[in-house]
Amino acid sequence: MSDFIANLQAWFEVVRYPAGAAVSLAGALLCMVGTIGVMRFPDFYTRLHAASITDTSGATLVLIGMALMAPGWLIVAKLLTIFLFMFFTSPTASHAVANAAHTAGLQPLIGPINGRRNREEDSQ
Amino acid sequence: MAYFLGLFVALVAFWLGMSGHYTPLLLCLGSVSVALCLILAYRLDLIDSEGSPYGRMLGFSLYFPWLMKEIIKANWTVIQACLRADLDIAPALVKVKSVCRSDLAKVTFANSITLTPGTVTVAIEGDKLLVHGLYEQDSQPEAFAEMDRRSARAIDGRGATT
Repeated sequence: MSDFIANLQAWFEVVRYPAGAAVSLAGALLCMVGTIGVMRFPDFYTRLHAASITDTSGATLVLIGMALMAPGWLIVAKLLTIFLFMFFTSPTASHAVANAAHTAGLQPLIGPINGRRNREEDSQ
Repeated sequence: MAYFLGLFVALVAFWLGMSGHYTPLLLCLGSVSVALCLILAYRLDLIDSEGSPYGRMLGFSLYFPWLMKEIIKANWTVIQACLRADLDIAPALVKVKSVCRSDLAKVTFANSITLTPGTVTVAIEGDKLLVHGLYEQDSQPEAFAEMDRRSARAIDGRGATT
């Protein structure tokens, strides 16, 4: 049994760098998806939704990847702290921005929006 | 006093986790900084259920996995919306009535909504939340009922949902 655990540890030592790199890369790709969404969506409020992908899954995956590559438990604790602070502050920041826009009187676009309507607006 | 103790334990754990150097001099400096933080928090009148919410840790840790699952599901929807060749969204503003009583529970509920991609809490008035959603069919008031109930139970305690 102890042999098996030792084997598992050795296997984890080998596998954690590529796995961490892959997970970090996936997080970076999700951040890019969020950025593409920010570029494509039509108005302020919908862009906020696209940005929240970057905030949640993108940042979380990058942090998980870094935790897999971390040299010690202390680093993992620090990454966990970063995750917790991000988890509490990023929705607060999004809410502050959205609330400021709402208070300033910015009206959101409501109702179905599809590609065709966008092109008509572009051509005008 | 329980809040005070909770804040003390949290600050000590935070310092030990951040530092990594456990020589006597640095431990002394750490205890001085923890004491200073506690004195400042006491003078600022911050030691209450919001400044030291560690008593609700158990309820929140039960709520957290469910919230993570919801966030992953919602992420997938918004990723698809971002990458679809033809933009196809239906944004909507809805008013959601919350059963949460305490301010902390309302903040938890509103932050959970904002943290889930595709929905953002725009304003809070009393027990009504103004929510902007990316898809009209996903952001009806009924869709938030379970999150509302769960965050109320996590923060206000078990009897809050009756």
